[in-house]
Order: sequence, then C-alpha cells, then structure tokens
Amino acid sequence: MTVEEALLFVALPYSSITLFVAGHIWRYRHDKFGWTSRSTQLLERRWLAWGSNLFHYGALAAIGGHVVGLLIPEQLTHAVGISEGAYHLFAAAAGTVAGLACIAGFVILVGRRAYFPRIRRTTTWTDVVVYLVLAGIIVLGLIETIGFNTLGTGYNYRPTVGVWFRSLLWLHPEPQLIAGAPLVYQLHATLPWILYAVWPFSRLVHAWSLPWQYLGRPYILYRRRYGLARR
Amino acid sequence: MKVRAQVGMVMNLDKCIGCHTCSVTCKQVWTNRPGTEYVWFNNVETKPGLGFPRRWEDNQTWQGGWKLDRRGRLRLRAGGQLRKLLTIFWNPDLPTIDDYYEPWTYDYHTLIDAPLSERDPVARPQSQLTGRRMDVKWGPNWDDMLAGAPETASRDPDLAGLQEQVKLTYERTFMFYLPRICEHCLNPSCVASCPSGAMYKREEDGIVLVDQEKCRGWRFCVSGCPYKKVYFNHHTGKAEKCTLCYPRIELGLPTVCSETCVGRIRYLGLVLYDADRVREAASVPDEKRLLDAQLKVFLDPADPAVQRQARADGIPDDWIEYAQRSPVYALAHRWRVALPLHPEYRTLPMVWYVPPLSPVVNAMEADGYEADPDQLFPAIDAMRIPLDYLANILAAGDREVVRLALRRLAGMRSYMRKLEVLGVRDHQAATAASLEPSEIEAMYRLLAVAKYEDRYVVPQAHSEQAQRLAELPGSCGLDFDGGPGNCGALPRPAQGLNETFMVQDRKVGGHRFVPLPVVNPGPGHGE
Repeated sequence: MTVEEALLFVALPYSSITLFVAGHIWRYRHDKFGWTSRSTQLLERRWLAWGSNLFHYGALAAIGGHVVGLLIPEQLTHAVGISEGAYHLFAAAAGTVAGLACIAGFVILVGRRAYFPRIRRTTTWTDVVVYLVLAGIIVLGLIETIGFNTLGTGYNYRPTVGVWFRSLLWLHPEPQLIAGAPLVYQLHATLPWILYAVWPFSRLVHAWSLPWQYLGRPYILYRRRYGLARR
Repeated sequence: MKVRAQVGMVMNLDKCIGCHTCSVTCKQVWTNRPGTEYVWFNNVETKPGLGFPRRWEDNQTWQGGWKLDRRGRLRLRAGGQLRKLLTIFWNPDLPTIDDYYEPWTYDYHTLIDAPLSERDPVARPQSQLTGRRMDVKWGPNWDDMLAGAPETASRDPDLAGLQEQVKLTYERTFMFYLPRICEHCLNPSCVASCPSGAMYKREEDGIVLVDQEKCRGWRFCVSGCPYKKVYFNHHTGKAEKCTLCYPRIELGLPTVCSETCVGRIRYLGLVLYDADRVREAASVPDEKRLLDAQLKVFLDPADPAVQRQARADGIPDDWIEYAQRSPVYALAHRWRVALPLHPEYRTLPMVWYVPPLSPVVNAMEADGYEADPDQLFPAIDAMRIPLDYLANILAAGDREVVRLALRRLAGMRSYMRKLEVLGVRDHQAATAASLEPSEIEAMYRLLAVAKYEDRYVVPQAHSEQAQRLAELPGSCGLDFDGGPGNCGALPRPAQGLNETFMVQDRKVGGHRFVPLPVVNPGPGHGE
C-alpha cells in the first residue's frame, strides 16, 4: 500500500464518512430551518419540468445501479444463475439510459441556473461546489458506462472496485484492489467522497427528506399546543 | 360527537372601502422580509377582477382543493399521495411568481446621489428577484378599482356560466372589494397535500400553520390550497402562510388586519364544531348543499348537551362562554347573512363574508333609480347578474342563499330607517326579512354600530396548562428554550412539551392521538 493509495482509498473515504455522519447530526440539530429542497420552481417552471425530472429520475436509477453493483458480490449473482455476460449487458444498457437522462437533466438544470438571472441570484457557493463535483462524477460514470462497457471491451469492476468498497464497510480496507483498476474508475470512486463530505452542508440533505411517510398517512393532521395526549 | 373550537372570521363586504390598510399592516408585521416581497397573507381584490395570484379561482388549472371521485369519495383534486410523490421533482400545478407578480423596489438612492441637473432625478423600478432594472407589467393590485377591467375583468373565473356577459362599461359596471386571508379551513387541503407533515391544524383554535422546521419545500401546499393562500418563500425555500396572528389571538387580541381595519368590517369569534362530522360534510354530493352541511357541523354553544361534551373534550369553560357571544356564529348560523368563500372547494372554509348590497344599489343607480331602501327588495330580485355573480363566489352558484342574505340586509336598512326617523317598529319589514324585530336590532348593532368588543370576541389561550406541564417533577432543568438541554443526551424535542398529532383515522372515521415523532424526549416527558 503506497501513501497515495492509503490517502485516497482509505483515509479519504473514512474522513468523508465521518464528516458525513457528524455533519448530518450537526445540521439536523442546529439547522432544521435550513433543511429544504430549496426549489426554484416558483421562479421558472418550463425548463425545470425537463431538467428536474430527467436529473432526479436518472440519478435515482443510477444510484440503484450502484447499490446493486457495489453491494451485491459477484458470487451472489452467479449463484442465482446470472452470467457475467448477462449482468454486463443489463448494467450497460440500464446504466446508459440512466446516465444519459441524468446528464441531460443536469445540463438543463445548470444551463437554466446560468441563463435565468432570477435563479442565478439564488445560487450559493456550496451549490457551485456541488455542481462541479457532480459534473465530474456523472461524466466519469458515463465514460465508464458508455466508453468502456457499451462501446469498448468492458471492465469488470465487481471483483476490484466492488470488493474494495465493501472492504471499507467491514473496516478492513483493501486499497490495493482498486489501485489496479483503470484510472477513470479510480477517479470515479474517489470524487464521490468529496460529495459526501460536502453533502450535510449543502442542499443535498433534502434527499433524506423524501417523504415516504406521506403514503398511507391520514390527510388531516392536528397538533395540540399544550397538554398530554388524550385518548 | 367530538367538540372542538375554531377561531373564525366574518368580513362585512358592504363596509369595505378597499383602502388596503389591512394588507399594508399585515405586510409590515409578517412579510416584510427577503423572499416574501411578493407575499400578501392579506390582500384586497376588486371584483370582478382576476385576483391574486391571477385567476386563482380557476381550479381547473391549479387543481387546488378537494373533489369527489366517481364513487363519491373525497379526494384531493390534484391527485393522491402516490401521484404527489411521483411528481415531487416538478409540481405540475404550481403557479410561478409571474402569476403573482415580480416584486420590485426603486433605486431610491439616485434621488439623493444624482448630480445637479436641469431635470429632476427619477427613481426607476428595480426587480427584487434579480436586482436589475425592470418594466413593471403587473402588480398585487394592478386591477384595483377595475383598472384595465375592459381588458382583464372578463377573464374573472366567477363570471363563467353567467348567461349575459356583465357590462364592464364605466357607467354600468358593478364592483366590490374582496379582502382575503387564509381560510383556516375545517378540512384544509393544504395540510392534506403536505407530504412532510409540516402543516397542521391546531386543535385548540383551529389555526392552520406551517412548521418551519419540518417543511422541506416540496410546495404541494401552495398548489393544493384552492385559495392560493400558502406562499413559497423563495429565499428560505419554505412555505409560509397567514397565521391568523396567533400570538395575538392567544392573548385575546384581534388579528392585525382586523385591528387596523378602518371600515370595521371584520369580526372574530369562536365556533364550536363537531370534528367527527367534518369529512362527511365535505363529501356532500351536491355542491349547493355544502353550505348547509357546514352549518350542521357547527354546534350550538348554548345547547347544554354541546356544553357537556365540550367540557369532556377539554374545552375550557370561558371558551364555551365566549362561543355563545361569538359574532361569527351569529352572522353565519343565527342570521345566515354571512357566507363562506367558494364552498365548492370542499375545504369548509372559516372566513365568511356578508355579501355586499352595494353592487345591487350601484346597478340600480346606473339604471336611473334612486337607491331607496324600500325599493331594494324588488331590485334584489331583478338584478340577476350581480346576484348570480355573488352566488358564484359565496354560494357555489346557489342564488337563493345570496338572495336571503341580501333581503335580510335590505330589510335591516328599511326597518332601522323607520325606527330612527319615525320611531316606528316596522313589523312588515321584519317579516319580509324573515327576522324578529329584536333580531334585526341585534344584527344592526353588530353590523352597523359594530362596537370593538362586539366585533372581537376572542378568548385568551390557556397557557397555564403548558406552565403546569413545564413544572412537572423530573423534567430536565436544562431543557429550556436556548438552553443546553443535555438531560436527554440526544436531540431535544423540537418544540414545546408532549406535543401530539391528532390524526383523522380514515378507517373508523374518528380521531386518535399519536405522539409527535421526536427523538428521545428525555426523562419526565411523554408520560
């Protein structure tokens, strides 16, 4: 393990996770008022219809793909009878669709933010940092999915990047695994840690507020100012 | 029966002179902040007119409020919970700020900084969204006093369905003002639309509020409110709305808009209602029956059975007494001269309006008649357009309801004129208005004399309940507002003590309490 490997593939992830967790606790305790999606739909709606839907649904699909790709070991998909070829085909196809939707939405959203002065004025420096990191992550991901796996010969990241990622979770990091992966994969695996570090201090916190509890909830809520719960 | 109290409001439209003092004082108190420049918790609209935001009443477009589905069940017009989650990234029904107006200020400094010149310096309008120069194309009262009415007023959604087009020529037109605040509905569709559960109706006084710490800016409340009285603060990214000045109401004081109303048109009072029958009342198939259904949800505070149940449901004795003196209950229920705004939205609104006689009087005068109160009765029946128009606004199109209210108001004028001028109690006028003379005189005292203490009958909140709880033994001495609060080790309750949600249980049609989802309230809490 070289110093660079240790820094990039062990120290960075763990510092980032620490900041991610501590940052969220801090933010939740001290800034519930600032915890919002900070929607700009009030200021502009037409571009947002395309940009927001493409980006969010694309990103959700991509995140789902990453969960499957990184958390499920290769042996498991083999065991249930999915061959590497079939897995690769599905991942490349679904990943391409999700990635293209995501980048298209992202370009529309950033373009909209730059084009309309009203929205430009609402942009914070944290937003700019998040956009830059996100842009890098999405472009690198697209290079992998389209450049490597759809047009190229393909690279099976699951025995290397996937195992390294899980090794971080077991607290037995194996940075040498990812050190052998192509540079694009290394970059794509490194950049998100910066995003996670910024996450709790940015508007990205709204991702944790997706209101599942709304489903099946009684429509009208009442609250008491004072007093104990009554039967 | 589950008795609950609601602070309601009635506005007497006949006395509104459209001075906008309510709007201005409200704005100074509540929305004089970045992000709320365009927000008017209280605004005054000219009718006929487009309103604020433009054409807010067109819920074919904005999809606010409730509707009945094919099987007659009450549904949010904009769609159910799953649909909301699927459109959470982009709300298809949200107005943009241009539907309100682009807020602006003026570059006042040029008035001071301009160099000496032949001409006077001019402060030019400057957008408060972009900071750039702008041409003002629309504003919060652009069509005030029917300004531009020939071009815009015919697009007033309330004119739809009127067989004859209202003549909007200068001499022949009728108009009145419609001051609007949040309706603090019994069946609020904004609360139902909020996916985060940040909006709630207070059980004690029925005030509908947004919890600023729970709001995540999903903005469905803005489109879900058929009155467009929930606003999106574009600076904080959270929803805000009229609070009915709850800090004042809790002290027994009238709202700012009421207090500062120069026309003394506003009334505040309690209404006791049966919370168990709200949903049923909102689900009445015939829109024209919604008013009756809502009146049936109101409970008679003088009825001993109601009082007994109210006490059992925790309503303090002085509140029950205040409810009996409520001007809102008297105008809405006893005399039926106050009517709800757009009952067809099925939210059971709680800010009601005494319809104006003046459009009828104006129309008469335009036709060359003198506005003799004795001629008003036949005029009310003859003036079909104003009547239908008012019915579209205040009675889901039911002309008879408006006619009764106007006849009573006209009867009151006629009766009181005879009493004041001739000293005679005109029983004929009273009969024509289908009211007892004593009732007419009481109504006159409330509507025309309108003493402060008769208009605002607001009981104080019982905050000693909260104090008692705060002094419970075993509670953490560090858990005060702004204190370190480490007795509970982890996050303190977001606010107050032992807060609970009371939720409607759709299966049994009743209500139950669930604790506010707060992490680890610490020792001494939540017993």
